Amino acid sequence: MTRSIEVVRTGPLALVEDLGRPGLAASGVGRSGAADRGALRLANRLVANPEDAAGIEVVLGGLVMRATAGNTVPLIVALAGAPAPADIDGTPVGHHAVLALRAGQVLRLGTPPTGLRTYVAVRGGLAVDPVLGSRSTDVLAGLGPPRLAAGDVLPVGPEPAALPILDVAPVACPPGGTVTLRAVLGPRADRVADPAALARTPWTASSRSDRIGMRLEGGRLERAGAGDLPSEGMVRGAVQVPPCGEPVLLLADHPVTGGYPVAAVVLDTDVDRAAQVRPGQPVRFVLVPPAWKDPP
Amino acid sequence: MRVLPCGDAGLLVELDELPEVLALADAVRAAPPAGVLDVVPAARTVLLTLEPGTDLAALRRAVLDLPVEPRAAVPDTATVEIAVVYDGPDLAEVGRLTGLGSDGVVAAHTGTPWRVAFGGFAPGFAYLSGGDPRLEVARRDEPRTSVPAGSVGLAGEFSGVYPRASPGGWQLIGRTDAVLWDLGRGALLQPGEQVRFVVAP
Repeated sequence: MTRSIEVVRTGPLALVEDLGRPGLAASGVGRSGAADRGALRLANRLVANPEDAAGIEVVLGGLVMRATAGNTVPLIVALAGAPAPADIDGTPVGHHAVLALRAGQVLRLGTPPTGLRTYVAVRGGLAVDPVLGSRSTDVLAGLGPPRLAAGDVLPVGPEPAALPILDVAPVACPPGGTVTLRAVLGPRADRVADPAALARTPWTASSRSDRIGMRLEGGRLERAGAGDLPSEGMVRGAVQVPPCGEPVLLLADHPVTGGYPVAAVVLDTDVDRAAQVRPGQPVRFVLVPPAWKDPP
Repeated sequence: MRVLPCGDAGLLVELDELPEVLALADAVRAAPPAGVLDVVPAARTVLLTLEPGTDLAALRRAVLDLPVEPRAAVPDTATVEIAVVYDGPDLAEVGRLTGLGSDGVVAAHTGTPWRVAFGGFAPGFAYLSGGDPRLEVARRDEPRTSVPAGSVGLAGEFSGVYPRASPGGWQLIGRTDAVLWDLGRGALLQPGEQVRFVVAP
């Protein structure tokens, strides 16, 4: 019998994600992967998976999953990211903890009090068919497995040789309140009249945010200079300024190229924290110096 | 060549012309410096996406030392022929903007071979350059919220075909049945390949 899990119910959105498919930009394929890479890595480390094993990215909790009858030994599972309250057959279980799910048992995720995305790692990783070398769903490109739905059965891969070494990881959860993100001025800061206004403005994450980008409300950045900017490569964490002036922070499924000027770029580890910001949550930017300065 | 900051996991290199862009992208691909995850050439820039923790100052010096010699001769590659029905919603407008008229736009678009400069935007989308320079037009002021798959468009110095329905701001001059993206095969148009548009029978 094969090892697998059955999706009983999903919340607003549940997707299979690993660490994405880097290296394909020349074909127009972005990296995609977990929006909060650090949280997926942590969940995988807890169950002694390779860090890039595929897990489930759960937006605002609500996922219910069952270990199918084919699991002759319990599935080892861990949760990381947004601390969704969880139980197994009604018994509360811990976050950032190593859990055992026996055949027929049901793991239920409630709504996390803070944070947006909870990651479920299963020892052995989800063994859905990879697309272009990755099991990640890229919602912009329409690549990878479809979003999870009730009744889906997801195969679990063979257990790795390594064994879990921790029962619980003492790691901070995504905070409520204002989230502060560190950024350096971007390649096209000169196309924005006052790029430092990014750091002075109290922003709010818009409800029109998704895996492609987080839209920010609460102010406008004026653009400077005329003429179209020829399209250029975009990075995760880029803060683009569209003509309306409300910035967009690009996340995991951002387009490979874009034509709006990039005023600033959020540091890589802070993009993970940005991916945990809920709609309506306040966001602030702090500008930090770049790694080098060009001679004048 | 100018290196622009792009956070702690990227470098954006700006060059004067497309041939230099392609030459730098080739040079990086031929001998990728440590930490480079992906190379994203575009019209005037090459983006290097990097492993977090890469020494940006050292990588910047390494990139500035790379030889950038635009390809002297175009290598012989296969020519991909794309049959187009020229009835796009912006054909008349492009005819007016360029002064060529609709028939003149079709003659210019089919009269000169294009080359795949780089990919981007969406899986299978190829930026085609090197066509008739009289076809250079700005994007539409108002992007369309949905452009049908197979739409053939112009923007700036480029022509391109939308692989799937998506929002888009290019001037649409026609449509094709060609399949630009297929998961098994990947992109129909690969960087460096020559493309010739023909009027669909």
